[in-house]
Amino acid sequence: MPFIPHTADDVRDMLAAIGAPGTEALFDEIPAELRCGELKGIPPATSEMQIGRLMAERAAQDGRPLNFIGAGAYEHHVPSAVWALVSRGEFYSAYTPYQAEASQGTLQLLYEYQSMMASLTGMDASNASLYDGATALGEACLMAVRAHRKSKSARILLPVALNPRYRDVAKAVAGNQRLAFELLGYDDRGGHTPAADLERYRGEDITALVIQQPNFFGTLEDVDELTDRAHEMGMLVIAVVNPVSLALLKPPGEWGARGADIVCGEGQPLGVPLSSGGPYFGFMTTRMEHIRQMPGRIIGRTVDLDGKPGYTLTLQAREQHIRRSKATSNICTNQGLLVTAATIHMSLLGARGLAQVAATCMERSAALVDALAKIPGVRVAFDRPRFHEALLVLDRPVRGVLDALAARGIVGGFDATADYPALGNVLLVCATETRTPEDIDTYARALREIMCGTAAASAA
Amino acid sequence: MSSVPADLRFMKSHEWARLEDDGTITIGISDHAQQALGDLVFAEVPEQGRRVAAGEACAVVESVKAASDVYSPVGGEIVASNADLGGQPELINQDPYGAGWLMRIRPDDKSQFAALLDAAAYEAALAAETH
Repeated sequence: MPFIPHTADDVRDMLAAIGAPGTEALFDEIPAELRCGELKGIPPATSEMQIGRLMAERAAQDGRPLNFIGAGAYEHHVPSAVWALVSRGEFYSAYTPYQAEASQGTLQLLYEYQSMMASLTGMDASNASLYDGATALGEACLMAVRAHRKSKSARILLPVALNPRYRDVAKAVAGNQRLAFELLGYDDRGGHTPAADLERYRGEDITALVIQQPNFFGTLEDVDELTDRAHEMGMLVIAVVNPVSLALLKPPGEWGARGADIVCGEGQPLGVPLSSGGPYFGFMTTRMEHIRQMPGRIIGRTVDLDGKPGYTLTLQAREQHIRRSKATSNICTNQGLLVTAATIHMSLLGARGLAQVAATCMERSAALVDALAKIPGVRVAFDRPRFHEALLVLDRPVRGVLDALAARGIVGGFDATADYPALGNVLLVCATETRTPEDIDTYARALREIMCGTAAASAA
Repeated sequence: MSSVPADLRFMKSHEWARLEDDGTITIGISDHAQQALGDLVFAEVPEQGRRVAAGEACAVVESVKAASDVYSPVGGEIVASNADLGGQPELINQDPYGAGWLMRIRPDDKSQFAALLDAAAYEAALAAETH
């Protein structure tokens, strides 16, 4: 069966109609030295059967380790119905269609997604998603500079306790657009960002404060106090949140007296498998007063000439096909397929289901931390309340311990030593609802053996 | 046909300017511009105290069809902007030379105002544009 609709006859007729001798002639205005020519690095064509075999072998190399790593991407149970539905042909297209209004089903789905995200974050409006959580933060920083018209400095405060990769990406996305990022430290005992530290900026022009809840260490921040103090000092507040945690924690729209101004984060925990790091999707919501500064597509609900409800792209004057270089963003992309999965995932779980997932994550990670902290040479870095991750301090380099765990089929966590050298040998661990009490016991026993040297031979 | 009041000055990019008794200059978009844009849905006006150069983009008007920058005809300091447009951008359609004004500026150099197109020159420019 041909997968390309044009037959050889069609191609010949089309070429004849425009008077071109062959397909290659369509490219003749590109100078020869700019053409890449033959792609020598590409191996010859192979059959579906051979490719299937190759991919199965590669996948097997990953094994099926017991996973205790989080650090921004989280292993959650995804009901089978989610991806069975997403794979339907009607949904299986990565982008918003270019004839958008012809695809009412896709638009309605995006509209439902926006409604869910606005509700989950406690904000007025959501866009139809962004590329991923880290770039969403970069876009949120640029948006804050546009939205905060009284502030001229474009100075943004980033907590050191913010995911270090988010910091890197925000700088890469926005750093060359006159934004200045400055770092706010964390409390040595609690691992949180002290609101009192904002005082040294009093009287200065700061555009926005970024608050991650829970922060990279898994610690819960004093979001109310940080938000109120930042607002009182004339800053906007950008919240970076884990959407699953919002089923239990206060939504950013209710932080402090006025709530956060812009909310963003990584949508992966809502129905997207880990799949070696992507593709994931970013989300962004805001209050109505800032909506024209929000990047990305926004779907609106309206009525047609006969009064029947319909869905449409709205507020498009923010976007690059209309505003060109003055658009709110020229690099934002939405992740339609993953948003489809997230919307179905949230619909299946419902508000109660999501709250159960969040509560189970908290319970399992608390059990994990209790079990691991009893092991000699392991202590918990910070004493403040957490969501589903915790930073542990080990009495020896983390790398060797993780290698020894990996040899037992356990992915023991994220080695945060290079990112936080002042904290010593630090390991970030996570347990979601997918880790059973038996899994936790398996990890604790393995780590005890490694730390107590009874497994010295296998660790070496 | 669009109206072009004789007492105003204009730019080819369809802004109008009126010299007030106190020496400030009120700025808006012309009747022709609002007709061409169609129903306005949003106007972003500059904040008070901002300094702008002549020819600098300092406001945005958005209609159901397009979004356009508005350029300041003169350099100076913004002394007022039309807050009513926040809730009623349609004022620009209804009364482009009155209630639909965008901003008021205290000019640094009054000769910049004198150098703008007068009504006759603007009408000639409009006629040339439609040909």
